[in-house]
Amino acid sequence: MTTLKLDQVSKLYRATTRAGGLTPALRKVSFELKPGEVISLIGESGSGKTTIGKVLLRLTRPTSGTVTFDGTDIATYNSRGLKDYYRHVQGVFQDPFSSYNPVYLADRVFALVRESYFPKVSGLEWSAKVEGALDAVALNPGDVLGKYPHQLSGGQQQRLLIARALLLDVKVLVADEIISMLDASTRVDVLNLLVKLKRQGLAILFITHDLSLGNYVSDRTIILRHGAIVEMGATEKIFGNPQHDYTKMLLTAVPELHKKWQHAPLAPLAVSANGAGTGTAEILSSDAPASMLARASVIDELAHAEQVVKRDLRAVFGGGRAVASGKSQVAVALEPPTLHEFEPDHLVADPE
Amino acid sequence: MSVSVENLSVAYRSHRGDVTAVDNVSFSLADGEIMGLAGESGCGKSTLGNALVYLDYRMKASGGKVTVDGKDLPISDSNAMRSRRMTEVSLVPQYAMSALTPTRKIGRIIDDLLKSHRVKDRDKVMTELRRRLELIGLKEDVLGKYSFELSGGMRQRVTIIMSSLLNPSLLIADEVTSALDVSTQRAVGEMLIEFRDRGYIKSAIAITHDLSILAQIADSIAIMYAGRLAERAPTSVLVDSPLHPYTQALLASLPEVGVRHDQVTLSGIPGRPPSLANPPAGCRFRDRCPFAFAKCSETPPFEEIKPGHLVACWKASQEHAEMAGTGRGLPLKEQV
Repeated sequence: MTTLKLDQVSKLYRATTRAGGLTPALRKVSFELKPGEVISLIGESGSGKTTIGKVLLRLTRPTSGTVTFDGTDIATYNSRGLKDYYRHVQGVFQDPFSSYNPVYLADRVFALVRESYFPKVSGLEWSAKVEGALDAVALNPGDVLGKYPHQLSGGQQQRLLIARALLLDVKVLVADEIISMLDASTRVDVLNLLVKLKRQGLAILFITHDLSLGNYVSDRTIILRHGAIVEMGATEKIFGNPQHDYTKMLLTAVPELHKKWQHAPLAPLAVSANGAGTGTAEILSSDAPASMLARASVIDELAHAEQVVKRDLRAVFGGGRAVASGKSQVAVALEPPTLHEFEPDHLVADPE
Repeated sequence: MSVSVENLSVAYRSHRGDVTAVDNVSFSLADGEIMGLAGESGCGKSTLGNALVYLDYRMKASGGKVTVDGKDLPISDSNAMRSRRMTEVSLVPQYAMSALTPTRKIGRIIDDLLKSHRVKDRDKVMTELRRRLELIGLKEDVLGKYSFELSGGMRQRVTIIMSSLLNPSLLIADEVTSALDVSTQRAVGEMLIEFRDRGYIKSAIAITHDLSILAQIADSIAIMYAGRLAERAPTSVLVDSPLHPYTQALLASLPEVGVRHDQVTLSGIPGRPPSLANPPAGCRFRDRCPFAFAKCSETPPFEEIKPGHLVACWKASQEHAEMAGTGRGLPLKEQV
């Protein structure tokens, strides 16, 4: 049984702005991806979703913590081990239009796989393999082979990339926002494809900011906020009975076809450009209308980022007191809220 | 009727002849109406929106008439349009996140706007600007910031404020919610409604591919397919009882919160929209339509088949024959 496991993974990005500072993109994230399971990773921009995908594909190294694949720490792979790792773990990304080189034919992505992984396979065998992969993603070989990327629709391009991953002996697929650039009419086809692949035993990490899509396709759900997990568990439990205030807020903001947002008049909410203002926590406790909540969350997001940068600056440049207290300020900023078990397979974080 | 568009066609010039991206589109907007315009990528929705404000050198209006508040809008004459932009028609461009120039502070950009429109009473406009900033929860110090110092949601809101500062009759909001998180999406959507309610903008066209956002903010929705309007109806009617097969398929492919793959299997629409360089005759959805029949090789009229509900589909026209075919091409005043 192959599992991909994250253990206490943290990632700090160094900001390149004038002010400098460090941004904690991930704060001690731990979870496990099992075969035949779709986990949707949901969070707003800046919550660290893509960073998790990058860490899993070893495109970036975590600042601390480990990622293990079948019990081996992926950081220890040498180049040969890494190549082997990519045989099993593959990623597909948000923008299919920029994943292809427009100068070459689209099926060059297959040829590249053949070059590096199957140099000895005969032409006949290879085309059978390609056809099998295309069949798995419900593409007609005649429609897509020998075409340039601009001749294919976004949905076809995205499915071609999934087919590319399937050519390898793939066990885990990291799907980072793979449908957000697609039209509604083709989105569902890609989602249904993921469900089909899952049934064949593929483990899929479905990274998205769209709650309804995440809900449609996944078995388990992880809600991320500021790089930390705030709620995690079986999808129907998270969506059916959300416990964390942040999850609840996200769910009230989802636009639905047949239900209007609970409309409440907008009250002026004092806030400065750099984000000091009423935080989500206060508004949540004050029983204010949901529209205010949505706005406050945006502001809160900014305030948090600024706070963290300031804190880190102090830690890096004048952190005498921080050092004396035995715990660097960066470490404090990294400390995620503790998760406790609300019911079986449903973990909820304490409010921050 | 504050805005009416009659038989508008817009084409892109290309080496291989004109590509008609908007083909014979007619609609009208009542005062205070927010119309949603939705469709797949490449269906011409953004072209339609842009054409009403700014026709660039690649585009030409090959026919049609636009009136705003009873006055003709000379969309083909860029110089004559200059004084009408921002004051009568205004656009929040697609990718508003990158619409603000990074080399100037927000305040400077607004200064430019006031200067180029020779606004006499600057103080009054600036007071109004401050009031609006406060209304949507931004402090005045955003004016002294560069665009890259603001978050995506703030940038989007600043762009909307700028586009609507001179109280245009028609605001075209192109994909204003697309690149945003759900909570910010909601805030921006509600801001648009708020501006309409307060009369800053008389009417608006919200262009997006996301029907569920339109269900929240729009009073009526128009669906576009391959350069033509397919259906137009008040929001609740369109969402609950769509008549055009394309609209039905589009709505059926949207997962709602709470729907899981093991309970319901949603399906997409097979096939692709036709190329607009050489569009097929007749109904353009014919090849993907499950209900297509012989008559569909003729172009269906965009006609009112129920009060306020316009459809371009032979099947729907036949089923509601009592109202169709009365020659009423344009809708009567929409029920808002």
